Amino acid sequence: MENTQKKVKIKTKSVNLFYGTSHALGDINADIYENSITAVIGPSGCGKSTFLRLFNRMNDLIPGVTINGQVLLNYENVYAKDAYVVELRKKVGMVFQKPNIFPMSIRENIIIGPRHHGIKKKADLDIIVERSLKQAALWDEVKDNLNKPGLGLSAGEQQRLCIARALAIEPEVILFDESCSALDPESTMRIEDLMTELAKKYTIIIVTHNMEQAARVSHMSAFFMIDDEKIGRLVEYRPTGDMFSSPKDKRTEDYITGRYG
Amino acid sequence: MRLNARKKEYIAKAMIWGAAMSVMIVLVAIILYILIRGLPVLSFSFLTQNPYNMGRSGGIASTIVGTIYITVVALLIAVPFGIGTAFYLAEYTRDSIITRIIRFSAESLAGIPSIIYGLFGYIFFVIYLGMGWSILAGGLTLAFMILPTIIRTSEEAIRAVPQIYRESSFSLGATKWQTIIKTVFPSAIQGIVNGVILSVGRCIAETAAVIFTAGSVLSMPTSIFDSTRTMAVHFFILASEGVSMQNAFGTAALLIILIFIINVGVNSLVNRFISKNQKR
Ligand SMILES: Nc1ncnc2c1ncn2[C@@H]1O[C@H](COP(=O)(O)OP(=O)(O)OP(=O)(O)O)[C@@H](O)[C@H]1O
Ligand SMILES: [Mg+2]
Repeated sequence: MENTQKKVKIKTKSVNLFYGTSHALGDINADIYENSITAVIGPSGCGKSTFLRLFNRMNDLIPGVTINGQVLLNYENVYAKDAYVVELRKKVGMVFQKPNIFPMSIRENIIIGPRHHGIKKKADLDIIVERSLKQAALWDEVKDNLNKPGLGLSAGEQQRLCIARALAIEPEVILFDESCSALDPESTMRIEDLMTELAKKYTIIIVTHNMEQAARVSHMSAFFMIDDEKIGRLVEYRPTGDMFSSPKDKRTEDYITGRYG
Repeated sequence: MRLNARKKEYIAKAMIWGAAMSVMIVLVAIILYILIRGLPVLSFSFLTQNPYNMGRSGGIASTIVGTIYITVVALLIAVPFGIGTAFYLAEYTRDSIITRIIRFSAESLAGIPSIIYGLFGYIFFVIYLGMGWSILAGGLTLAFMILPTIIRTSEEAIRAVPQIYRESSFSLGATKWQTIIKTVFPSAIQGIVNGVILSVGRCIAETAAVIFTAGSVLSMPTSIFDSTRTMAVHFFILASEGVSMQNAFGTAALLIILIFIINVGVNSLVNRFISKNQKR
């Protein structure tokens, strides 16, 4: 398979994550490839979001979380003692489940990130606004309304604005946590097209409950499930085509064919 | 059985409505009474002239200035410290001994009668620190009095900001400080301002704590080290010593109007600031 030839962008080495005493992720080893879309699938509560949030250290915000093992981005451990989480999040952007733009204008939503990182000149920011909106396929719709409130956009547009906002900080990796689940089919299609386009430049990881979506857009698929001790495990991780046509594990097969109870 | 439930429902509704109406009628009656007796007294010269003859004649200009002075001093101290403490409690700590001590102190302070603040301010600022009866001592005392309100309302407003805003901000590589200043604070500003307005009202209306600490000198203050008489104190002295009921009501009417204007004015200012961006 072509994708296995690609460069490894992120590597997790024996990652275990605990929320307090509850063991949410058990011994996760996975390689995420550059310029590809990796889909994370599995039943509710199996640790998909937790897995995704490892990569931008979003789990750190939750009190009582313990993480051991290593997560390497560009072969550097993002959980190393001297790693600076702000630098990491500049490289790893995130789009959430619900469009969560700030109560500000469209333009301000996009420049808030670059501004935090010290870009102050209006001309520079204008370039970033146009570039990110074009990349998010939103420019034509909003170019005359940049100073209007972002909350005035439709849900699908808001979600693309979130993508533009994430792109504005020029990340290397973009995480999507069920980012289409609150959208209508047409908006979902547009975002899927967008992901495919973005994968040429970025490394993309998506969490989705939609098997068709995983099959349509992703190159690699990771199936998670909790074991008998309620620990989230990576059951099967392979190129999407292979996994969907001939799943190796019985549990994977049951899940993707919809037989999971 | 059903009819019974319906009847109960009807009676409950009537009682609740009755309670609300009674409260409203009493409030409106009080305000109307004061305005009817006070408004005729209000004139340009009443607002711009200093009181003469202990307030029997002349206006109330110096007490208006004194009130503004004291309130501003109190706010300059209480607002930054109060909001800072609120952010500390809401954003920088998890529940600990320290936060519990701070919250317990703030809550206890909130329940103390204002005259106790006056006594404390008199002993500590006026006597011990040697400030004498002054706007500074009065302002500091009021600052202590309103601090708990500002802390509590600000903390509530900060906690009401959806967690998802913080996560989005962090996900863009913002530091904690940037997240607080650029994302949390703008979303919490309305609630914070509400707490400040409430406090302004209390400063303007306070008598006991102010008499003890700022005194009741009627001349126009020239610095924060001067003693002054606020409008509320002026009203209290005019009315309680029977100096001039007419001027007392004039002062009271102005107090009510002032508090009304501050409420409406600041709220609409904040709304305009927010709606610029938040309107759908
Ligand atoms: N903040 C938290 N505190 C404690 N436990 C948590 C927290 N977040 C998640 N968990 C637990 O960790 C496990 C994995 O949760 P996670 O959100 O990663 O699942 P998920 O696969 O994303 O589920 P879903 O499909 O419903 O989004 C669940 O058992 C969940 O209850
Ligand atoms: Mg999830």
